[in-house]
Amino acid sequence: MTLWQVVILASIATLAFKFAGYLIPQRLLEAPTPSRIADLLTVALLAALIAVQTFADGQDIVIDARVPAVIVAAALYALRVPFIIVVIAAALVAAGIRAVT
Amino acid sequence: MTDEGIRAAGDQPGGGDQVSDTPEGDGRGSAAERIAIRSGLFVGIATAAYGISFGALSVAAGLDIWQTCFLSLVMFTGGSQYALIGIIAGGGVAAGPSAIATAGLLGSRNAIYGMRMAPIVGIGPWWYRLAAAWGTIDESTAVSLAQPTGHLRRVGFWVTALVVFVGWNLTTLAGALIGDALGDPRAWGLDAAAAAAFLGLLWPRLKRVQAAAVAVGAAVVATALTPVLMPGLPVLVAASVAVVVGAFNWFGKEARS
Repeated sequence: MTLWQVVILASIATLAFKFAGYLIPQRLLEAPTPSRIADLLTVALLAALIAVQTFADGQDIVIDARVPAVIVAAALYALRVPFIIVVIAAALVAAGIRAVT
Repeated sequence: MTDEGIRAAGDQPGGGDQVSDTPEGDGRGSAAERIAIRSGLFVGIATAAYGISFGALSVAAGLDIWQTCFLSLVMFTGGSQYALIGIIAGGGVAAGPSAIATAGLLGSRNAIYGMRMAPIVGIGPWWYRLAAAWGTIDESTAVSLAQPTGHLRRVGFWVTALVVFVGWNLTTLAGALIGDALGDPRAWGLDAAAAAAFLGLLWPRLKRVQAAAVAVGAAVVATALTPVLMPGLPVLVAASVAVVVGAFNWFGKEARS
């Protein structure tokens, strides 16, 4: 599998969901379970991605400069600091720790 | 912010199906229409700014500038785009199938948004419906559903979708060019920036106990499975936490104090 194939297939998959929404009859929405699962799916995938992006190094679990960076990011989000500033702050914390260690 | 907007809009009495098309009653050319346009512009510009971080992180993950721009043009749904590059960054092309599945699953909420938006954007030629589906994302849905009438909801949707689309693609290209010039992503802390970006997408969704419980459960599952499964798969398996909790509606009743 090439990177281009990954990019194109994943784009087709996400577009298919967008189109499906306009083709599926609306009464499906009235069934609460599918829409609740779709809502929670987003939460589960994002949380799992945060965990892996913070702790995984290949298949190893490591505690490194990313952990304090993510803690700082959480504190800034709690203070309602805008997304782009938090992302830059997290990068600076991790880069700063790596520069001095 | 997005989910709140949708829920707030859904909570208005009769908010779901107020569609009036008389020129006087629906806010055409009114102050309300200017508010709809302005909220679309603000949300659109604020969202487009994330494109810088996406472009830079994508190049750091190993995609080239063309692949990065292709994602923003065609996939055009930020969560899935970040997920794809995050998994490729961790597992390379070998994690491709997991990256495709995760990006696809994260995009499934757009189908729910599409069901709500279809009656609002209305009937039109195939290319009109296709453009509407393409532009159906968190932000355009939230701004649209926050407006009071059918016409204003259409205006809010299209303004937000167009501003985000143009801005997101321009800033993606800028971010990719910056990322390309930066070199070693770890020295710049870009791996931590990616985690912070995911956290920013998750944060507004944690208002309810059920969502917070799913987030903790999924994070624990993904971390525990990282040493035993190939990169990418732990995230996919963690998604089953949402399916189980959602199907049985565990933690569903209480509200977080």
